[in-house]
Amino acid sequence: MSRRFQYSPWVASIGLFVVWEILVRGLNVPSYVLPTPSASFVAAWVFRDAIWMHAVQTLLTTLGGFAIAVVFGVVLGSLVGSSRAIYSAANPILIGFNSVPKVALVPILVMWFGIGTVPAVLTAFLISFFPIVVNVATGLATLEPELRDVLRSLGASRLDVLLKVGFPRSLPFFFASLKVAVTLAFVGSVMSETVASNVGMGYLMMSASSKFNMPLVFAGLLVIAAMGVAMYGVFSAIELRSTRWATRGSPTA
Amino acid sequence: MSVAFVDLDHVKLRYGGNADAPLALDETSMKIDKGEFVAVVGPSGCGKSSLLKLVSGLMPPSEGNVIVNDREVSGPLKIVGMAFQNPTLLPWRTTLDNVLLPLEIVEPYRGRMRGERKAFEEKAMQLLAKVGLGGFERKFPWELSGGMQQRASLCRSLIHEPDLLMLDEPFGALDAFTREELWDILQGLWMERPFTVILVTHDLREAVYLADTIYVMSNRPGKILLRQQNPLPRPRDQETTFRQDFIDLVHALKNQIRVVRSTSSEGGQS
Ligand SMILES: Nc1ncnc2c1ncn2[C@@H]1O[C@H](COP(=O)(O)OP(=O)(O)OP(=O)(O)O)[C@@H](O)[C@H]1O
Ligand SMILES: [Mg+2]
Repeated sequence: MSRRFQYSPWVASIGLFVVWEILVRGLNVPSYVLPTPSASFVAAWVFRDAIWMHAVQTLLTTLGGFAIAVVFGVVLGSLVGSSRAIYSAANPILIGFNSVPKVALVPILVMWFGIGTVPAVLTAFLISFFPIVVNVATGLATLEPELRDVLRSLGASRLDVLLKVGFPRSLPFFFASLKVAVTLAFVGSVMSETVASNVGMGYLMMSASSKFNMPLVFAGLLVIAAMGVAMYGVFSAIELRSTRWATRGSPTA
Repeated sequence: MSVAFVDLDHVKLRYGGNADAPLALDETSMKIDKGEFVAVVGPSGCGKSSLLKLVSGLMPPSEGNVIVNDREVSGPLKIVGMAFQNPTLLPWRTTLDNVLLPLEIVEPYRGRMRGERKAFEEKAMQLLAKVGLGGFERKFPWELSGGMQQRASLCRSLIHEPDLLMLDEPFGALDAFTREELWDILQGLWMERPFTVILVTHDLREAVYLADTIYVMSNRPGKILLRQQNPLPRPRDQETTFRQDFIDLVHALKNQIRVVRSTSSEGGQS
């Protein structure tokens, strides 16, 4: 990102909070409908110990599900991307699965594993692996025919082609998908915690709303959003560093 | 040499496997000696690229035999280098690492790569220097011009010292100056260590400049219509292109192609 725009994300975020604050105060919206951001920040401070504990829980849950999604997504994506037969066999199943709202799976997971951390990890996994599979498979499947001929005429095995060309080529796709997948993983874990858990940010917000503590609910939302932005930032940074060639050396492209 | 290094015997090729698919190549026969430099010219779509794929074993013929080095070709040959109009370098590898790629795949280099990487790098640098890319070894392909990428691609096709080099319009996308410079580079490399070359080109001057033998192909489905020996002495250089016998040979080929095309279109080929 160029230096000139270094501060623009901060300006935009603070601007959003200011507009929100002014609108809520100006229109006299009651706090149990929409609290002001300042009230939410105050609530975040007051309940900081509880929020910290639940946020750590949610973060670990999310990263756990995300880690499974990465491993599973890379393996499945490699299979799907390197064989047309597997591609055509798996494609409808994958699309069908991705169309199922994952919230509908939480009760099933609860039946199998009971409430708590396990269904949250699994929901985070189930919701986030799809973009990884698609991107890894796309990266592997788009091998130029000429390059394939060059490699085959050298006697390269399928594994050679995969290691020398397929994986390096799909790295930018892979990292791009990680950014998306990690934010989806948050959606999954929080969703599951909301429905079926007694720890985590989802649970915290659920119980706060049942006590009509809207500022705390919004404090929870802001914390989740902040964690999502932070994780997105981490994976963008990794992406930029590891795939400089894909942007032809210019980090803004 | 009595036995040809590459021998195509009444080869037919159709894409798609079923017997009534249209032919891409029809009754094609060629005999190429070891170390011979062959150029193939012909109209677009006549099957020149397909011919290269047949010879390198990337595709089996539908009928007939392809014999290379006394053996019937039944799968990808491992003694082949290839370069195309599109340089297809890997953007995440430096120029040097791109050129080293075949050595990471082809035996016996592959097994020795770990221990002798330095020596191989040295060899690749020498080759790059020969084509005028000295000093660009650590640059990425996208930091090179189109002509420079094509030189690197040529190095990649030769680094493992293949017996057979397949060039599919490798200079087609370049400007006239760069193209003629690369003719000289290719000729130089070939004269140093004669390997067998099949060069596909649309450019008759290129064919006459580089080749020992020029094959002219018909409209689709491709057939060999003409085999023209090229007696011009080597090494050929820029002066050669102004010689009367060079110009005459280009002319003669052009005329023959015109005749051939008009008669084959009378034959009802579309
Ligand atoms: N993968 C393919 N599947 C089906 N038909 C093909 C395929 N590749 C080529 N053909 C057909 O075979 C014929 C010969 O194609 P080829 O690419 O060998 O021509 P070419 O002489 O190299 O043409 P150009 O000079 O335009 O590169 C073409 O008419 C084309 O329609
Ligand atoms: Mg072609």
